[in-house]
Amino acid sequence: MNTGTRTNRTGAAPAQRARDPFNWRRLAALVHKESLQAVRDPSTILIAFVLPVVLLFLFAYAVSLDVREVRIGVVLESDSAAAQALAAAFAGTRYLAVTPARERREVAGQVVSGTLRGYVVIPQDFERRLAARVPQPLVQVITDGSQPNTANFVANYAQGVVQTWRAGRADGAPAAGVALEPRYWFNAELESRRALVPGAIAIVMTIIGTMLTALVVAREWERGTMEAVLSTPASVAEILVGKLLPYFALGMAATLGSAALAIFVFDVPLRGSLAALLLLSAVFLIPALGQGLLISALTRNQFLASQIALFSGFLPAFLLSGFFFEIDAMPPPIQVITYAIPARYFVSSLQTVFLAGDVWPVFLPDLAAMAAIGMLFFAIAKRKTRKNLEA
Amino acid sequence: MRRWLNTLVNARLRAQIVKELLSLLRDPRSRLVVFAPPLMQLLVFTFAATLEVRNAGIAVYDRDAGRWSHELTARVAAADFVKQVYTVRSRDALRELIDRRKVIAGLDMGPDFSRAIAAGDTGIAQVIVDGRRSNAGQITVGYLNAIAAGVGADAGRDRRNTDPVVIRHWFNPNLIYRWFVVPALTGILVFFNALLITALSIARERELGTFDQLLVSPTTTLEIIVAKIMPALGIATVLGLLMIALAVFVFHVPLAGSFLLLLPSLLLFILSVVGIGLMISSVSATQQQAILGAFAVGVPSVLLSGFATPVENMPQVLQWAAQLIPLTHFLVIVEGTFLKAMPAADIIANTWPLAVIALVTLTLATRFVRSRLQ
Amino acid sequence: MSGATAHIASGTARGRGEAAVVIADVAKHFGRVEALCGFSATIHYGRLTGLVGPDGAGKTTLMRVMTGLLVPDGGSVTLAGFDVVEDNDAIHIASGYMPQRFGLYEDLSVLENMRLYARLRGMDADQHAATFEDLLDFTRLGPFTSRLAGRLSGGMKQKLGLACALMAKPEVLLLDEPSVGVDPVSRQDLWRMVRELTDDGMAVVWSTAYLDEAERCESVLLLNAGKLEFDGPPRELTRRIDRRSFRLEQVGAARRAVLSQALNLPTVSDGVIQGDAVRVVLRADAARDAIDALVAETGAALQPVQPRFEDAFIDLLGGGPGGTSALAERFDAVELESDIAVSCRDLSKRFGDFTATDSVSFEVRKGEIFGLLGPNGAGKSTTFKMLCGLLKPTAGEAQVVGRDLRRATGAAKSQLGYMAQKFSLYGLLSVRQNLDFSAGVYGLQGRARRERIDEMIETFDLQPYLGTSPDALPLGYKQRLALACALMHRPPVLFLDEPTSGVDPITRREFWTHINGLARKGVTVMVTTHFMDEAEYCDRVAMMYRARLIALDAPDALKRGAVDDAHPDPTMEDAFIHLVQSADLDAQARADASAA
Repeated sequence: MNTGTRTNRTGAAPAQRARDPFNWRRLAALVHKESLQAVRDPSTILIAFVLPVVLLFLFAYAVSLDVREVRIGVVLESDSAAAQALAAAFAGTRYLAVTPARERREVAGQVVSGTLRGYVVIPQDFERRLAARVPQPLVQVITDGSQPNTANFVANYAQGVVQTWRAGRADGAPAAGVALEPRYWFNAELESRRALVPGAIAIVMTIIGTMLTALVVAREWERGTMEAVLSTPASVAEILVGKLLPYFALGMAATLGSAALAIFVFDVPLRGSLAALLLLSAVFLIPALGQGLLISALTRNQFLASQIALFSGFLPAFLLSGFFFEIDAMPPPIQVITYAIPARYFVSSLQTVFLAGDVWPVFLPDLAAMAAIGMLFFAIAKRKTRKNLEA
Repeated sequence: MRRWLNTLVNARLRAQIVKELLSLLRDPRSRLVVFAPPLMQLLVFTFAATLEVRNAGIAVYDRDAGRWSHELTARVAAADFVKQVYTVRSRDALRELIDRRKVIAGLDMGPDFSRAIAAGDTGIAQVIVDGRRSNAGQITVGYLNAIAAGVGADAGRDRRNTDPVVIRHWFNPNLIYRWFVVPALTGILVFFNALLITALSIARERELGTFDQLLVSPTTTLEIIVAKIMPALGIATVLGLLMIALAVFVFHVPLAGSFLLLLPSLLLFILSVVGIGLMISSVSATQQQAILGAFAVGVPSVLLSGFATPVENMPQVLQWAAQLIPLTHFLVIVEGTFLKAMPAADIIANTWPLAVIALVTLTLATRFVRSRLQ
Repeated sequence: MSGATAHIASGTARGRGEAAVVIADVAKHFGRVEALCGFSATIHYGRLTGLVGPDGAGKTTLMRVMTGLLVPDGGSVTLAGFDVVEDNDAIHIASGYMPQRFGLYEDLSVLENMRLYARLRGMDADQHAATFEDLLDFTRLGPFTSRLAGRLSGGMKQKLGLACALMAKPEVLLLDEPSVGVDPVSRQDLWRMVRELTDDGMAVVWSTAYLDEAERCESVLLLNAGKLEFDGPPRELTRRIDRRSFRLEQVGAARRAVLSQALNLPTVSDGVIQGDAVRVVLRADAARDAIDALVAETGAALQPVQPRFEDAFIDLLGGGPGGTSALAERFDAVELESDIAVSCRDLSKRFGDFTATDSVSFEVRKGEIFGLLGPNGAGKSTTFKMLCGLLKPTAGEAQVVGRDLRRATGAAKSQLGYMAQKFSLYGLLSVRQNLDFSAGVYGLQGRARRERIDEMIETFDLQPYLGTSPDALPLGYKQRLALACALMHRPPVLFLDEPTSGVDPITRREFWTHINGLARKGVTVMVTTHFMDEAEYCDRVAMMYRARLIALDAPDALKRGAVDDAHPDPTMEDAFIHLVQSADLDAQARADASAA
């Protein structure tokens, strides 16, 4: 029998340490545990590593706002050389995929069925209109208004084609007029991918930060492991921080992975500094994790937690962050809501750090807002989590 | 004997359907979770999801200060989509406004802008656009172009400045974005609703152990699947109809087509989603896996469905993938029915893929449930 | 004490017998429910204190108050000198707590769980090695350190939970129903461990629904409906019913009828079956003539026996239920085509490399109560699931009423009633809706269905709970509801998987009254259990160990086989442990032989 060890155990040192309000060794133990769990659960891996890749890929390739090869019909009612030349001009552009026709009814049905997004009619009297003394419209453009975005594109582009064609055959002095020369800063080739992929990173981080955190904390309540942990000397702050640190690390890892994917695979430039990107991501994780924690503290149930995380975290990050839909274009009450959504600030800064550079006047207010929302979430979550089982 | 057997089957099935419905609707909290969020989202996202540009800030750097630059500036300031025009005195100031996202675009008019126009020449103005917001930027350029064309038309007397094109937008003459968004959101929200309900249904019973109880009872696998289909079908249909009613009566989206064609398509659509949900559920061991699984299927589905951007813009491989997604087909049907009065033949062209998806997924779900017994 | 516990037991200088926990007027209510209604008690160092009482008596609430997880509404509790509310932090250092539900991380290994709790309790790394070795040795978990906790058997989980609660030597150890779902061998281990701890001066509180455990405690707190009914050594309570316990021996085949008759006598307070005998407890000051008449009528021999704590417990709570099952009365006598209700031949199941069931064969006759026993992880559940068609055998056949249920039609499946472990009920439905559902899913309809449901509500006294969710029911009512659902269609064969796990003795007696009644009507009952008193009710018991059937006989015969010098009159539990140990010895001998 080892009496030596026995007397040693009576020492006050461990007991003293156990009563510390915040103890790093206990925290380390909790972090270690949480990390092991995260790594072992296949659904964590799916959400943290596979889904981000799929999402970034889809945002890079599937969700392209650049309209290319829109299918339209060109109804050539006139046989004149000029009409045929215009039809050829339509066929020659890479933005349109033309289905030639002789009569309207050949293509009208296809617009209804959605095969074509519109059609251009070069009328029988095209030659006469071209030569007319009184200015007359030359062609008619019909678009599929059920897709307003595409309809706009078809209208504008058809207009452009006709104007260019007419300018090309124009003789004599150039006409007085105003021409705009658009130049797209930060994104000269105007690839929507470059704007969307940085925004998609915000979505990915919301999923990891909010959704996953909400689920894992709720699971702890549901499985009864929280009761066992609460009965140890670990403090509420240690338990919460211990829960969050691994997901913070996971979020940062996912950011780095996504950024690498964006830069090296999807060809998005990183014009700002990596340090700024990391700082932004780290600060964004405060409200993201705080929200997850708050949700799980309020529900203590996985199903409800996931539903609320979906409706209050993921969907707003997707629809109300300005990443896809312009916030400025929303009605004022909804614009007010967007101020409460941390992803709003993150998206704006992310797009800037990738495409524009380190523009601190953009970053600083965004960082402040994210930190403030995060602190609020944490304060409420801390209040709602007591060190006992009282509801 | 046969009749007796039939009624027996019906009683068993009825009991299970009632059970499934009650599991979803007995608890007020879960009743709320089933119906409230989709309806709220329809309201919020209808207004949020717009690809128009409004309330934009525009910077103007007028180095000309002539008649036509003033004219252009005034017209831009008066345009509907512009909230504020910032006048700047240097290129750097313009750059800073764009950097800080105060404005989406800046007009830079050179010193001889008005002179060129007065001389019957073309006055050229540069538009600097914030490429971070590439889509809104393009739309802004489109709006500015229209304004510039107007100025040009007033300036020039040449007939060539008349608009050579007459444009008619079918189905939605004023291109009201809401007319597009509301029917599409109906599809998306019904999709998520049905997917989550069914994805949880088998996984929940398995986690709580009641599934074994069900398997030892005389009920057949087919009955179990049918019983899981019915409530999701019922609830999602009610939700879908509710949203269609909101679209028509609150958002005033014209319902040009036949409701009688829309209803069966809606049912078939939900059935195919239910099939996918049950498939996820039958392979999940826990509720968490089912939820995350539904999520991992649902989000990419929405992105590929053609809601955000048209399917035909996607790379070929993704276009094929999009055909496997029920939402893709339903969006065509619902947009077509609402705005285009799509004829039956076109609708059927999009419903048979739904039927195939439903058949395949439900068969697989039944198989998976059965094979779990091995 | 043994060297093994050197690092584990409390190192405080507090003397044995001093007050470890002082409960003063403690009260706690949830909404309108009074969980604890103001009582005082003291728990001492160096003693094992049992916390017993029927379901819903407030045992878990008291445990949680003592660990500072719930705040009492009135009164106070001090543990190791610290107030549980004021000095909450100190409580968590001074106490080790093992919650009722397995509170460890299933996706962490044994060692990882232990390391987590060691560090949470502020142990130094240099202390780890020695303490871990002791604890692993102590719990016999040494060979399983890298196994995930979720893959452990029920008994091993509880031992791991104990190891984690013992980390950093608490002064007071609180165990909430540590033996639920634990087989007798593991239970013996748990007891041995706790004994060593109290010998070393630790105060241990053990809450339980199993009263043979309470009997082994040095002191008992008996709660009922939030009130303290008894506080003292168990023997003191047992002494109150001295000379009131008897055994009616050699009643053999008639034992169920005899028990039923005995329980219906107003002079009898409690009775159970023990193999071929019936054990009864007379009420206080009851005349002997009624029981003597029964003895004479049945030709049994009446033997006075030592009273047990359980007898006293039931007596204190006003006696057990009567002997007639209203439910069974309504059953028609079962007719089956063959005399064999359940059978399996060379039944085997392998999961990858692991053999869960290894060529098991037996036959169960119509009207028999057949027990399937064995340590945790012996393959009982797998065998059970193959019999009722939930798992496909790798080899061999399983039949119920002559059919393989996996391929059987609905009609064949309705021959079977099934009550799953942990009473799988629909928590999202109300009690009434659960009853409706099970009636419907077995094809009952119309008047028959309404009558059957009303019958169940009446028999099981479910009326007050019809609108509530089963999740909110006391455990005993959950079990009643589960039984009601399983019997709704009056099946001739009934499968019960750990039907009374964690349920209190009174509900258990009621349950067996029904089962006995059903068996007398010819219903065949297959039952798995860890509770050895329950095995006594069986006609025959099949003992499984390491996937194989190691014994199959009547309970008395198994007990006889375990007679040795240490156990002249072995209990069923002794018989169980004996069988497992001799199987181990055999295996060892075979291994030695093949090595040689």
